[in-house]
Amino acid sequence: MNNVLIYTENFDGKFKKSIYEIASYGSEIARQLGGQAIAISLGDVAEGELKSLGTFGISKVLTASGDLFDTFQNLPYAAAIAQAANQENAGVIIFSASNIAKAIAPRVSVKLKAGMVFAATGLPSNLNPFTVPKKVFHGKAFADVVVGSERKIISLSQNSFGLREHPADIVIEALPTETSTASAIRVIDTQKASGKILLNDAEIIVSGGRGLKSADNWQPIEELAEILGAATACSRPVSDEGWRPHSEHVGQTGKIVAPNLYFALGISGAIQHLAGVSSSKVIVAINTDKDAPIFEAADYGIVGDVQKVLPQLNDAFRKFKAEN
Amino acid sequence: MKILVCISNVPDTTTRIKLSSDQNAIDLSNVQWIINPWDELALTRALELKESSGGSIESVSIIHVGNAGSEATLRKALAIGADDAMRVDAAPADAYAVAHEIAEAVKDKNFDLILCGIESSDYNGSAMGGMLAEFLNMESVSSVSKLEIEGAEIKLNREIAGGYEVIAAQAPVIAIVQKGIAIEPRIPSMRGIMMARKKPLVVVPATGAKALTEFVHYTPPQPKAACKMIAADNPAELVNLLHNEAKII
Ligand SMILES: Cc1cc2nc3c(=O)[nH]c(=O)nc-3n(C[C@H](O)[C@H](O)[C@H](O)COP(=O)(O)OP(=O)(O)OC[C@H]3O[C@@H](n4cnc5c(N)ncnc54)[C@H](O)[C@@H]3O)c2cc1C
Ligand SMILES: Nc1ncnc2c1ncn2[C@@H]1O[C@H](COP(=O)(O)O)[C@@H](O)[C@H]1O
Repeated sequence: MNNVLIYTENFDGKFKKSIYEIASYGSEIARQLGGQAIAISLGDVAEGELKSLGTFGISKVLTASGDLFDTFQNLPYAAAIAQAANQENAGVIIFSASNIAKAIAPRVSVKLKAGMVFAATGLPSNLNPFTVPKKVFHGKAFADVVVGSERKIISLSQNSFGLREHPADIVIEALPTETSTASAIRVIDTQKASGKILLNDAEIIVSGGRGLKSADNWQPIEELAEILGAATACSRPVSDEGWRPHSEHVGQTGKIVAPNLYFALGISGAIQHLAGVSSSKVIVAINTDKDAPIFEAADYGIVGDVQKVLPQLNDAFRKFKAEN
Repeated sequence: MKILVCISNVPDTTTRIKLSSDQNAIDLSNVQWIINPWDELALTRALELKESSGGSIESVSIIHVGNAGSEATLRKALAIGADDAMRVDAAPADAYAVAHEIAEAVKDKNFDLILCGIESSDYNGSAMGGMLAEFLNMESVSSVSKLEIEGAEIKLNREIAGGYEVIAAQAPVIAIVQKGIAIEPRIPSMRGIMMARKKPLVVVPATGAKALTEFVHYTPPQPKAACKMIAADNPAELVNLLHNEAKII
């Protein structure tokens, strides 16, 4: 049971950075255990893309595609991952802490009687007992979780483990899977934005709060996002007011994000807002109120009116981009 | 149709977290306990569905795994409008044990729709609903942001990266719900509170399901270095610091 199985979910046939993060992470655990890091990929992914996992220490990738795996469905996906874990004698199974992991990792946990840690923040601090760090209370404390079962499942938080290159020779193997089972669930429509940087993938996020005063004042925010290749976000009242779409709402009741750089513009820094953004590596705040709580969470701050400061800041970033 | 909502009992979300002196536990004395926010919204949605169903939804039940101390939270859920409550009498050791207990308690009860929240706001496990579905061998839909009942069909929106899918499901199904499922949680009315006292709250003996994980130690977050302030008329300095000091751009 020294092998590690990594579920490499794809997005329209491509792997995102978070998948290379779990490949790096899973390979490191496999090295510590003295086993192999093996990936499983479900659905259509081109060979070149599969082979890119080798850069991060994966020595084998199991694949299954066809009808059952064309669209995401809990039952066949969870069954294939559990089957692969059994076939490969994997003691540790790794997911990226995404919506898909929330749907299937708990099912795999029950199938394999494997204790699960969701949204781990780093490598196990100990292999025996197997101890994994994670945040609790939305980052108000860190906890060590001991997984006592023989098999373990870890979903790793995005952006919490750096990429580590360990080029390995990688083989691709088909996983023999059961044929179609009737499902009581049908996907009847899919609405997906294309071409936009998704909040959960963004390295930089530019976020606006009620301090922006109206939907009409978002243009400089869009502009900054454009200059930096960032995604845009907002506080809850902003999406409640309909100034911005609900998909942009971050915080305890919205999306939880962990970019490298988070701009909080006209955001007071309420505890529920911080619950969704406090894992950002660097936070920049601009606020008219020097006592706003956001400055306690921020690394860099400017006391001032966003509407005056932002155009100048955009010019400064534009100049920087032109020179670098 | 019968609906079941799984209720987790959690410290109020604005609670300041204090650790015990050996840091092996969180000090939960003087904590205000509430219905986990997602479960409160799930219950709200279940009640809306029942009210607009013209009688086809017979009941909205709730279930909780926990000690007697959480009965105040269950009474509140009854006051909001749930018809009856079950409490499985065991400390909720981990999601695996909780799911196992709930599965044993409800496996013969023929619920058509079971609602769980996407996560408990305390341990942020995001596990119980999917585990319950697997123990009960039921279909599940996770990340549900909208839920309607149209005749025999249950229609759900499932959030995916960059958008959502519309899903048609047949009962029985478990929906694991998140933002969007209901707008504001209902608050109990005076009449609701009076009625809740007479509603059934059944204590179910635990089967002794074993947990697979254990929280053993806690550390407070690293104290943050003071925020570096930059003059409003010098944004170029911010760009400089982000590039040369933070090395982030
Ligand atoms: C159960 C619960 C869950 C919640 N979940 C979330 C959540 O997920 N996400 C979330 O964001 N909130 C959430 N909230 C709401 C949260 O408590 C705050 O009300 C909210 O975050 C405040 O949004 P804001 O900072 O945009 O607005 P405000 O608090 O109104 O702050 C506006 C800020 O802008 C500043 N300002 C004003 N004018 C300017 C200007 N011209 N230039 C610069 N600065 C200016 C002000 O000084 C102020 O600090 C939740 C609340 C509850 C009770
Ligand atoms: N002790 C419990 N009793 C009943 N339901 C629970 C319990 N703990 C968690 N749940 C349900 O499972 C969901 C996810 O919780 P968790 O897996 O703990 O993050 C919650 O939103 C509840 O619906």
